[in-house]
Amino acid sequence: MKSRHKRIAIIVAGIALLAIAATLLLQSFQSNLVFFFSPTEVIQGKSPSKGNFRVGGLVEAGSVKRDGTKVAFKVTDTANTMGVVYTGILPDLFKEGKGIVAQGAQGADGVFVADQVLAKHDENYMPPEAAEALEKAKLNQTMKGEVK
Amino acid sequence: MNPVIGHYALILALFVAALQAALPLAGLSKNNEKLFAFAAPMARIQSALIIFSFLILTYAFYANDFSVYYVAVTSNSHLPLIFRLAAVWGGHEGSMLFWVTILAVWTLAVTFFAKELPLRFRSSLLAVMGLLTVGFLMFILFTSNPFDRIFPAPFDGRDLNPLLQDPGMVFHPPLLYMGYVGFSVAFAFAIAALLDGRLDVTWARWTRPWTTAAWVFLTLGIALGSRWAYYELGWGGWWFWDAVENASFMPWLIGTALIHSLAVTEKRDAFKAWTVLLSICAFSLSLLGTFLVRSGVLTSVHAFATDPSRGLFILLFLVVVIGGALTLFALRAQSVGLGEKFDLVSRESFLLSNNLVLFTATASVLLGTLYPLLIDAMGMGKISVGPPYFDTVFVAIMVPGIFLMGIGPIASWKKASVPDLASKLKWALGISIISALLVPSVMGRLSPMIFVGLLMAFWVISSVLVAIKTRLKAIPGNDVVKKFKMFGPAFNGMLLAHFGLAIFIIGVTMVKGYEQEYDITMHSGETTVINGYDFTFKGTLPVTGPNYKSKQGQFYVTKDGKEIDLLTPEKRYYPVQGAVMTEASISINPVRDIYISLGEELEEGGWSIRIYFKPFVQWIWLGCLLMGLGGLLTMVDKRYRLKKKVTNNESAAT
Repeated sequence: MKSRHKRIAIIVAGIALLAIAATLLLQSFQSNLVFFFSPTEVIQGKSPSKGNFRVGGLVEAGSVKRDGTKVAFKVTDTANTMGVVYTGILPDLFKEGKGIVAQGAQGADGVFVADQVLAKHDENYMPPEAAEALEKAKLNQTMKGEVK
Repeated sequence: MNPVIGHYALILALFVAALQAALPLAGLSKNNEKLFAFAAPMARIQSALIIFSFLILTYAFYANDFSVYYVAVTSNSHLPLIFRLAAVWGGHEGSMLFWVTILAVWTLAVTFFAKELPLRFRSSLLAVMGLLTVGFLMFILFTSNPFDRIFPAPFDGRDLNPLLQDPGMVFHPPLLYMGYVGFSVAFAFAIAALLDGRLDVTWARWTRPWTTAAWVFLTLGIALGSRWAYYELGWGGWWFWDAVENASFMPWLIGTALIHSLAVTEKRDAFKAWTVLLSICAFSLSLLGTFLVRSGVLTSVHAFATDPSRGLFILLFLVVVIGGALTLFALRAQSVGLGEKFDLVSRESFLLSNNLVLFTATASVLLGTLYPLLIDAMGMGKISVGPPYFDTVFVAIMVPGIFLMGIGPIASWKKASVPDLASKLKWALGISIISALLVPSVMGRLSPMIFVGLLMAFWVISSVLVAIKTRLKAIPGNDVVKKFKMFGPAFNGMLLAHFGLAIFIIGVTMVKGYEQEYDITMHSGETTVINGYDFTFKGTLPVTGPNYKSKQGQFYVTKDGKEIDLLTPEKRYYPVQGAVMTEASISINPVRDIYISLGEELEEGGWSIRIYFKPFVQWIWLGCLLMGLGGLLTMVDKRYRLKKKVTNNESAAT
């Protein structure tokens, strides 16, 4: 009888441990999800005002301004454009007119402060997120055109 | 040499592989022993054909035959020979052919080194491997033929991605593929055992060296890839929780669980169904990794091929293989049986907990890797899971596992006593806690993570020492070397691998805890003092490589007037692809790396520069190397070389 109690206690403790672990795991998972938005969506106010998210699109031609290790540039999905600032060294394939994805948060002035800028390591390759942002903007424009 | 021959050889290999699978399976269902005899010869012919076809493709790269489309897009006549050869697996089609070539190598190895297996079992083993070969050959022939031609042939090729022009490209993919594909042997063993409805101690003993071999390859392959990323990508990171890295890490985790579970199956005839399940999982995750990398669903440095039809094919293949294997498992697992019983406190229990920990860790990585894909596939937006998720969750799951890892090797099989374990390990625990507090006081900063990391590392090291001491005491005599020989390579290898993990943990903890990063701007002639080191920038020199032009920065690093190193980071320009590459320069010593990479050239002639200090970073890869060596050592254990007659000599083995 006693050994049976012991076994039940162990099983209950095991299940409790597992439940706690699963809760912590999912919580950490939830808080580390980073969502992607296109510049248009950001301007429409769909992105979170607090916390990290990603934006992507093309680096607008002529928009890159460097000041030491500080870089300011504009990201466009061809419909809308938003400013991004980044401090540090950009990836080799960061170029005007090429697709990039930036991760960071939006400052009070509306400028996106990136702590990470991703560009892909292949000349012809566009980050899927950036490609989707362009696609969406294109779709919106043709739809608007049809309504008119 | 006409590339068409290579294509024909592949088609022929497909038919031979189909026979290699069909004949023994027919023999199995009809109970016709004669059909078994076909398995090995068919496997050898098929493997030879595939290897031949691979050599034809390699020759096309060697001879700059740009009439082959694949060569034209991945190579260039100015590419140095060694990279031309490595370019064979530098793109999608070639790496798939390479995959199936490695499968052929493993198949050949099975036909030669598994002779002591009963014919019936060996044949169904080869039949399963034949089925896998058929699947992959069909994939290559229908969706990604590396021998496709273009007419007229271009004058020169489009070159290998400059990022891949590195010695890492020569070694990292082969090692990794040997690991991935190596689990196919364990998988085939498991399926053959299920078909046979029998799984005994000898089965486990046959499987162990094969599984360990695959695990060693995978360990070294991942470590090499990590080191390559460290110096090549220019960000000084060594692990990014990138989906492709995760894809190789998950089979590694399950493979590690499998090695341990196999040990129990062999020694104690327990965990049998579990071992079979893990064998299926390890290879399934390898296939999943292939799917993730090859289907183009990922944003990653590895995703150089994107073609939905390929993704669909691999997905279907994945469903058939994994679904089929799991169905078979569900139907037949009972015949395999669970195995011997054991006490709550015993080595079996500790190994079981280790397995659960590794399994949970794999599940958490899988969740973080697949969830964004799932959300995307359902059209619910694009998300990514940040590295902090993996860092916290993975560490939290592994800590209890590593704690148990210290106890497991000391606990006895079947039933261990808690007071005995406690008395053996109390000093180890005390010393680890003190050391974990002492090191940070020398380094100048202590945080909970640093403490936990170091505690785990010292705990593993001191418990390895306790395990050695306990063993030494158990054998009478004074000759320590002789005693170590008596432990047997399997035991010593296990301890070496555990020690390697501790070294790895020290590396990770020190880098995470104490690394420093500086983004600065420097002009020629300037000296900057960082972290007690003087960095003098003497401008850049133009350098011309075989297929690139480069600006090479000259940095003199001195400390207290003593010269430490001349660091020469480069900014390379590869004209064929119009690509710019950053080559970092690193001053390496056992306790710290100084890492410099060039950013952009600024208008006034200065450069933006990134400098990292990475304490103990080399220990990360040293630890992996020791783990790999430990694995190798266990494989030379004599009991795996047994002839049929010695099989009942189990008790002598440790």
